[in-house]
Amino acid sequence: MPGVHDRGGWPTEEPIDQEEHPVMDWEVRMSALLGALRGKGLMRTDEMRRGIEAIEPGKYESMSYYERWAESVESILTEKGVFTREEIDRKMAEFSEGGV
Amino acid sequence: MVVGGKIQEYGEGGRVLVLDLEVRGHNRTPWYLRGKIGKVERCHGAYPNPESLAYGGTGEPTELLYLVSFQMRDLWDDYEGPEADALQADIFEHWLEPAW
Amino acid sequence: MSDSHGHEHAGMAHDEELGYYAQRVRAMEAVLVEKGVVSGDEVERLVNESEARSPADGARIVARAWVDPEFKNRLLSDAKAAVAELGYLESANLPDVVVAENDEGVHHLVVCTLCSCYPTWLLGRPPDWYKSLTYRARAVRDPRGVMREFGLELEGGVEVRVLDSTADVRYLVLPQRPAGTEGWSEEELARLVTRDSMVGVSRPLAPEPVAA
Repeated sequence: MPGVHDRGGWPTEEPIDQEEHPVMDWEVRMSALLGALRGKGLMRTDEMRRGIEAIEPGKYESMSYYERWAESVESILTEKGVFTREEIDRKMAEFSEGGV
Repeated sequence: MVVGGKIQEYGEGGRVLVLDLEVRGHNRTPWYLRGKIGKVERCHGAYPNPESLAYGGTGEPTELLYLVSFQMRDLWDDYEGPEADALQADIFEHWLEPAW
Repeated sequence: MSDSHGHEHAGMAHDEELGYYAQRVRAMEAVLVEKGVVSGDEVERLVNESEARSPADGARIVARAWVDPEFKNRLLSDAKAAVAELGYLESANLPDVVVAENDEGVHHLVVCTLCSCYPTWLLGRPPDWYKSLTYRARAVRDPRGVMREFGLELEGGVEVRVLDSTADVRYLVLPQRPAGTEGWSEEELARLVTRDSMVGVSRPLAPEPVAA
């Protein structure tokens, strides 16, 4: 059984959705953050890929491209002890409470 | 021929079989190419091994990366396009063995 | 609320209501900057750099190859070095690139079935369709059907060659130069080169008929 990411030749008759959505600010930010982490040697491309490939198949298929990136970066950096998920939860809560 | 300090095993035109190795976890050999026979088009040189990089390894020892071509009709039983249609992919040397 | 790098995240503030992942990424960046793991300035710099890349960069390379056969040969044998001649970033950290030339007998189509590898530093961000599960599934199994959906029907006798970017090499298609462009300048030629023609789902634009 191929991994959920290993998509070549998976049977589908679906036409390709050619609609292009403008990239969102957070997605641009995510991409740049990844670049900064790569530059510091904290995230190898293959580690990122491994993190994405580990996403549970149902989730993988329903997540958007950058959502998978975000999920992987959080997992890999947590694994490396760079931060904890709780620290991210707390920061998220701080932003919510503080408004924008 | 020596490429990046390694002896190049497959020359252009060499027939190779893509192995179906029992690798648990990250690798860059798509399921649809495993067990298929192709032809070496070129050697890109030596690259760090993604299967090591993905888990925090150094990527050593590096591996030769080969561009291998396949006939579409060999990949898919139901391929309807012309016989000459082909696919090329980059495969790491430990996933290949000589084929006749 | 104080901002550690002294300027506002104007972009983030425009999102009406940040979704879960948008919030998560904002929190991750803030925590990483607070810990000194990355600098906010470096992230900003990379944001700006990414915004500066577009298919026009790839189009320039293609147009130069069309007018200068010796450049084309250098491009086909060592693309990374050749694009550096045009002033593009040459860095040991950028992925290797190989240019695949279309001709009367062969038409290339690029895909990354395993994720979405793409020559982003030469073409800008990949389009959504390139990253879609459908494209990744069908490009290697039904390339002619995929091209047909993009309006491309190849002539008889043209071989399709699909390139699955499985490793660290990125692929850029060098499309055929459209007929009727003899004597055109590089700038004029570059305007015919679309992003999609450098991926392989379609051809460059045809020259517009000259008004009689």
